[in-house]
Amino acid sequence: MSNLSQGAVRDLLRIVIVGHVDHGKSTLVGRLLHDTNSLPAGKVEEIKAMSDRRGMPFEYAFLMDALQAERDQGITIDTSQIWFNSDKRNYVIIDAPGHKEFLKNMITGAAQSDAALLIIDAEEGVREQSRRHGYLLHLLGIRQVAVAINKMDLVKYSQERFNEISREYRAYLTDLGVEPTFILPVSAREGDNIVTKSAAMGWYDGPTVVGALDRFVSEPLSTDLPLRLPVQDVYKFDERRVIAGRIESGRISVGDEIMFSPSNKTARVKSLEVWPTSLAAPARVTAGYNVSMTLDEQIFVERGDTISHVKNAPIETDVFRARLFWLGHEPLSIGKTYKLKLNTTEAQIQVQKIEAVIDTGDLSSASATVVERNQVAEIVLRSRRMLALDAFNDKPATGRFVLVDGYDIAGGGIISMEGYADQRQLITQRSTNIVKVEQGVSDDERARMNGHRGGVIWFTGLSGAGKSTLSVELERRLFEKGYSVYVLDGDNIRFGLNANLGFSPEDRSENIRRVGEVAALFARAGMIALTAFISPYRSDRDRARAAAPNRFHEVYVQADVKTCESRDPKGLYEKARRGEIKEFTGISAPYEEPEVAELVVDTAKHSIEECVAQLITYIEANFSLRAASAQLEARAR
Amino acid sequence: MNHLDQLENKSVFILREAFNRLDKIGMLWSLGKDSNVMIWLAKKAFLGHVPFPVIHVDTEKKFKEMYEFRDRYVKEWGLTLIRDTCPPIEEIDPSLPAAARSAARKTAGLKKVQDREKFSGLIAGIRRDEQATRAKERVFSPRGVEGQWDFRDQPPEFWDQYKTDYPAGTHLRIHPLLHWTELDIWQYTQRENIPTISLYYSKGGKRYRSLGDEDITFPVDSQASTIDEIITELQTTNVSERSGRAMDHEAEDAFERLRADGYL
Repeated sequence: MSNLSQGAVRDLLRIVIVGHVDHGKSTLVGRLLHDTNSLPAGKVEEIKAMSDRRGMPFEYAFLMDALQAERDQGITIDTSQIWFNSDKRNYVIIDAPGHKEFLKNMITGAAQSDAALLIIDAEEGVREQSRRHGYLLHLLGIRQVAVAINKMDLVKYSQERFNEISREYRAYLTDLGVEPTFILPVSAREGDNIVTKSAAMGWYDGPTVVGALDRFVSEPLSTDLPLRLPVQDVYKFDERRVIAGRIESGRISVGDEIMFSPSNKTARVKSLEVWPTSLAAPARVTAGYNVSMTLDEQIFVERGDTISHVKNAPIETDVFRARLFWLGHEPLSIGKTYKLKLNTTEAQIQVQKIEAVIDTGDLSSASATVVERNQVAEIVLRSRRMLALDAFNDKPATGRFVLVDGYDIAGGGIISMEGYADQRQLITQRSTNIVKVEQGVSDDERARMNGHRGGVIWFTGLSGAGKSTLSVELERRLFEKGYSVYVLDGDNIRFGLNANLGFSPEDRSENIRRVGEVAALFARAGMIALTAFISPYRSDRDRARAAAPNRFHEVYVQADVKTCESRDPKGLYEKARRGEIKEFTGISAPYEEPEVAELVVDTAKHSIEECVAQLITYIEANFSLRAASAQLEARAR
Repeated sequence: MNHLDQLENKSVFILREAFNRLDKIGMLWSLGKDSNVMIWLAKKAFLGHVPFPVIHVDTEKKFKEMYEFRDRYVKEWGLTLIRDTCPPIEEIDPSLPAAARSAARKTAGLKKVQDREKFSGLIAGIRRDEQATRAKERVFSPRGVEGQWDFRDQPPEFWDQYKTDYPAGTHLRIHPLLHWTELDIWQYTQRENIPTISLYYSKGGKRYRSLGDEDITFPVDSQASTIDEIITELQTTNVSERSGRAMDHEAEDAFERLRADGYL
């Protein structure tokens, strides 16, 4: 930039101050600004007058508690920001309320910060919001945290008390996977270890608050991650069709071949545009910058598409797990639909499952049917359409979302794909340049020859629910009745057609995709295919259904985990419990129950014989031509 | 990425978000340094275009230099201008302190424009460092049917996801400069060579740091007569920017009352 020290543009770091109510956040901010000579002229006098007016001793909190309601009640309601400079750089201090009821405002403040200073009262020790705020910082992705143990003057500057609180809080953070950058003893009221070293605490040889802030680093921009550029808008102000958006990670250059997800179209970058036009147009733009670009061909692009390179594209899925904090007035509940906002994408999303509500105090989890305001939970969300997204741990900016309930943002979450497959490779792209050869034999001819129509009976359920037992028994009985029937199961598929697949979520999904396609061929050939696979994912089963339109019958073989585990015919549950099998459905991997199965058979309540009888009745009614003609005759009479 | 680049890119993102998500938007143009930066950022966001009207709520008590500036840059920047005048002082709440009452004419003028135009979003150039209640603002800040601000219950705002859903009859204020400081504005104005009104530069040992109505705005002592000198001054001064705005200093809650009622 231009001239160096004076007039130079300085770096800025955003620091949020969090902690339990009345542990001294606002006082520390006041002291920090006062001791660094950052307060405007007359401010101290102004605060003194406000304090006098209310018959209070000098109250630093009035510096940021600007609202009358805040001053009169002596609480911080909403987050605020104030600037100060150290010798090293400029800071924005973001004050965040410590009351539980203003958690939405705490999150609003904290989410804007690069690093955090968490305040704990030396006398009171670690309290509810000390833990909750620590947890939320971690969830919001703030990795640099310093802990200031305040009001040391009230505990006679005791090193022992300091060590005790440090140990307790460090242990909590360590459980979260957070390593505090510094833990420092301070007294905001007395000015100990804020800007200058405290004479009263000779036993402490670490940095002051300002020293600790100066040692934080600016979060590096995610330029080295794969490209993610959510399309924000498409402009047509003149003859150019300009795609606008901000690069969340990676970089983009003129000439790059780029892919739009989830539409999976590709094109090349023709130009990167700027204004004023007197500036040279860039050849490359990196993370953090807004982009205005044109493409080499006119493809349909819209807000919500995610641009990446063809390699390293985002995950495509219609279901994912999330760790969520809920701020809504109404609790979040299973089955309810919300508007998801993920970067520039919006989609209707349904809560499929609440796996656990987490106690931020001791990090224990409990099962629940609703998530109340200010709670944190692990949930599973399902969208009606395919979404392009990333796991938060891999790419934070494209791995987080908010949920909107009515007019209001009611929660935020970070995405995990643990146990769920990237469905990008599974989307069946039926080639468009293959001309379908008309079959010489029609479906009706086949049905007349067999005496029944072809179809797929798709068993789904937990391991040990009875899918294999039922299908083998059913095959025998149908065969004896003259049906053309065949069981597809793990043995005859995994050893041949799917010998090249393992057990990763993607391979499991591909396994089911192929089974679905093969079963559909059997059905078209006029046979009844019985498939016996756990097939835990709705998305996979829906794909199999789409492969055999109008011939697909989903049968949910119902039995709870306890019953299945007590049967454990192959000893698999025992192995899974010992941790020898990873991602075992029902134990350590999800099973998504069917929403609308054509038939439910309950093997926990009924015998195999009864279940088979139920199935035969169903099949006779739906597949047999004899049954169909008998019905017609009955109606004719 | 330099600090000014960060500020610019965040603001451009906000402007593009407002333009895409809201049906009908307009930008409030006070003719001051901040709103000129805002127009400049809009031209960056929309490649030389300002694809919505700019609104000047005219108290008819501004400095002559401000009117000259407006008439010149409406043409040079290719702006669509909506100009509206404010009601006379007699129509304003007499319980307000004198200068605040005078400033409240602007709120009333704004209400008049809003009642007629029914904007779903009004873009305003306020900054957090100007004033302590502005420091509590959101980037997308909902306003009630009467334009009022419910500062006791503001929506959560994080991860660049803004409140863009609102009941009929209400509107949003969009604040693309909320994260800028006075110093940032001047450093950016210098870097981008954005035009400014001459009143900001020292004449006879005085200059205006903030421009409002001629009768309730006062210059501060300053020798800074160039942008370079203003930047140097701001890096060392401890006089607050709005010290020359009378309405801020009449009563502890004067500004909060103005803002709750719809003032910027």
